[in-house]
Amino acid sequence: MTESHAKYLIVGASHAGREALAAIRMHDPEGRLVMLSGEKHLPYSPTILPYVVSGRSLPERTALAGAEWFAENRAELVLDARVTGVDPAARAVRLADGRRWTYDRLLLATGAEPVLPPVEGLERVRHHVLRTLDDALALRRHAATARRAVVLGAGLVGLHAAETLAEAGLDVAVVEMRPHVLAEYFDPRASALIRETFERHGIRMLMGRRLERAAGTEPCRLGLDDGTELEADLLLVAAGVRPATAMLAGGPIATDRGILVDPRMRTNAEGVWAAGDVAQADGFLSGRPRVNGTLPEAVEQGRIAGMDMAGDADLVPYGGGLPLNTYGFFGRHAVAVGAAATPEGEGVEVHTDEAGGYCRIVLKDNRLIGLAAIDRLVDGGILWRLIQRRTDLAPVRDRFLSHPLETARALMSQGWR
Amino acid sequence: MAAQDTIRFIPERCDGCGDCMKACSKAKGGASRVSIVAGRDKSWEMALCRQCGDPKCVANCPAGALDKHGGTGIVGWSAELCVDCHLCTLGCAYGGIAFDPAAGHVGKCDLCDGAPACVPACGKGALEHLSAAARLHQAHAAREDMFVPGLSACQGCNSELLIRHTMRRIGRDSIVAAPPGCIPGMGTVGYNGQTGTKVPIFHPLLTNTAAMLGGIKRQYERKGRDVTVVALAGDGGAVDVGFQSLSGAAERGERVLFICVDNEGYMNTGMQASGSTTFGSWTSTTPVGEVGRGKSTDGKYLPQLMMGHGCAYVATASTAFLDDYHAKLDKALEASRAGFAYLHVHAPCPTGWRFPAAMTTEVCRRQVESNFVTLWEFTPAGGLRFTRGVEHPRPVTDYVRMIGKYKHLSPADLERIQASVDRRVETLQGFQRRSAAE
Repeated sequence: MTESHAKYLIVGASHAGREALAAIRMHDPEGRLVMLSGEKHLPYSPTILPYVVSGRSLPERTALAGAEWFAENRAELVLDARVTGVDPAARAVRLADGRRWTYDRLLLATGAEPVLPPVEGLERVRHHVLRTLDDALALRRHAATARRAVVLGAGLVGLHAAETLAEAGLDVAVVEMRPHVLAEYFDPRASALIRETFERHGIRMLMGRRLERAAGTEPCRLGLDDGTELEADLLLVAAGVRPATAMLAGGPIATDRGILVDPRMRTNAEGVWAAGDVAQADGFLSGRPRVNGTLPEAVEQGRIAGMDMAGDADLVPYGGGLPLNTYGFFGRHAVAVGAAATPEGEGVEVHTDEAGGYCRIVLKDNRLIGLAAIDRLVDGGILWRLIQRRTDLAPVRDRFLSHPLETARALMSQGWR
Repeated sequence: MAAQDTIRFIPERCDGCGDCMKACSKAKGGASRVSIVAGRDKSWEMALCRQCGDPKCVANCPAGALDKHGGTGIVGWSAELCVDCHLCTLGCAYGGIAFDPAAGHVGKCDLCDGAPACVPACGKGALEHLSAAARLHQAHAAREDMFVPGLSACQGCNSELLIRHTMRRIGRDSIVAAPPGCIPGMGTVGYNGQTGTKVPIFHPLLTNTAAMLGGIKRQYERKGRDVTVVALAGDGGAVDVGFQSLSGAAERGERVLFICVDNEGYMNTGMQASGSTTFGSWTSTTPVGEVGRGKSTDGKYLPQLMMGHGCAYVATASTAFLDDYHAKLDKALEASRAGFAYLHVHAPCPTGWRFPAAMTTEVCRRQVESNFVTLWEFTPAGGLRFTRGVEHPRPVTDYVRMIGKYKHLSPADLERIQASVDRRVETLQGFQRRSAAE
């Protein structure tokens, strides 16, 4: 058994890990910095994978950071190093192949992994998931020969893949157990606009249906709870993800849905931080711990974790996570920031405007708490900060409701210049 | 991190005409990257990429399509790698990167390869293209370096940076006087019959630098040759021992450029105090022990005294604000053709003041941000004018805390330093008000 030691050990090589690495190097130019990746590929973003399936991104050009970047940052990348155990008392991690790394400070940024819903027969039928580059390449290869596809789940991954498969000429059906697509981001009206676009492009949208049985291979036969029977040459399971915490099972690091962290991204174990899709930090609006698996949050959390690991005094603790995403579909563009799906009542004011695109603004006490837009130009980054800073919109309220883009830009400009 | 180019918005001059946006739109063949929007009370506001030092749009890109260029500072975008996910727009707090419906992808300002189309399009002067230190370094790198390589300044000393910049700008038709101090000590006057410069340099006494330079200049004038004569002196050669000859030359209006590089003491001979050493400073002649608590009196503020001489040009400068320094150097050179020009540049000394060598530029910046050092210029016609605002300073303790020579100071000492900083600012503001009134 070989042993190695790093002052900073980062497990995981996507956005949170990369951002933490850069933040550490901003403060500590010397300490040995090692990133372990369970992958055989250079670091990439899971967000790029649907574009690899569609062919828009070439698999060999997905790297977020190459050898040059690691050399510039005087950091080492160890590929094919899957962590299977963490021992905070010994400050050590164990790898699948028996190797062991010890550390002074450890960041767990292992991301998330696809969930397989408990459906009879599903484990035994041939199916795809989409979380790794290898998954994307396998799906792309299979799509070239398949004729009929079924996508289980109408979240971002499922919808994106459904669009890609339809554009590649397959007959596509999407099965979603909830009544709406992208329900965590959009209100029912916005969801309906998105769903209708999919239907117009010939995709069957089977909403509020649950998959009950799966059997057979090429075609695979699928039975839904309302009696519908589907046949699929290609089955993609995109029914959600869960934080990749298996390596912590039975250990002392506290988890709920994800690894519980404080506003400095510290876990309950001395010398161990967590960030990104694997972490469960406080939500901005609820104040309760939630997993907020979006790319911008991974960046934010990774930076905070890295700064804290390196002892950077300029650290501003995490202000709390907000739902935040952009979504492009069939040439249209949607953005959702904050609690944009909050139903009317519940102490909030909702303003909906469908002239020239869709825009739904949710205010509470004249402060923005959420905004969703489809085919309407808004600056998600500015809106995010208006929510986080609890900016009082009372002086510009009417203008903000009629011209959210310009008014938000003016507010920010007054703030920075 | 080097300062880099930016576009400055001066809202008081903007009338919202939108000509900048039309010019940008035309130059980029799509939506304008600069956005002028209505603000409060009929004012105008701007959204534009700030070319952030640590850009969130880049961090948010899953495709590696955005990249901060280390040299130019521009955040660049690759059409080839972009997947149109728009996650970059969620990172930006400035509205600096946004979807361009006409082009079908995001658009952002790239400063048009160094000649932004929006800036000349603005007839009101509300947009200014600020070329910062990086550009200065590049521009001056193309000019001839007048010093030999390998000057042996202490690690972290900003004087070498300063004198190389200065002499690249002044060029070959010049004669340099380097009176005793760190600048000759680092090798500029040379060894064993060879000089450390490509121009004539000499090593006058501390007491006669300005007088000798004045004489040399007169001799060349008599011969009909246009030569710039420059003193690269320390505070000992200007504030202290050098003062009477400096004062006399200024009074006579000798056509000399006198640059005082002020490290607040005799740092090359063992860190003795000078007239420029500030209150509370530890030096080897104002020690800290059972009795001594560092220097017990305030430093002498020479720039104000030089203003009192009615010099053709007087200015203070900091190497953390090199573009400001270069603007002043240009004016000082021009002024020295007709009269005496005096530049006072601050040179925090890592060795003698006890701070890490890597922190010099930060220390310089903090001096200015706390008003411990103020940046201003004076001409007899225009009076005194601040070149950087003094209205919102950091507490002076933010600066003092960085420096080892002040480590022993009591809260009462710190209050005294703050009070004397405030008093000096008020005095200078008084001069500025009077200048503005006249």
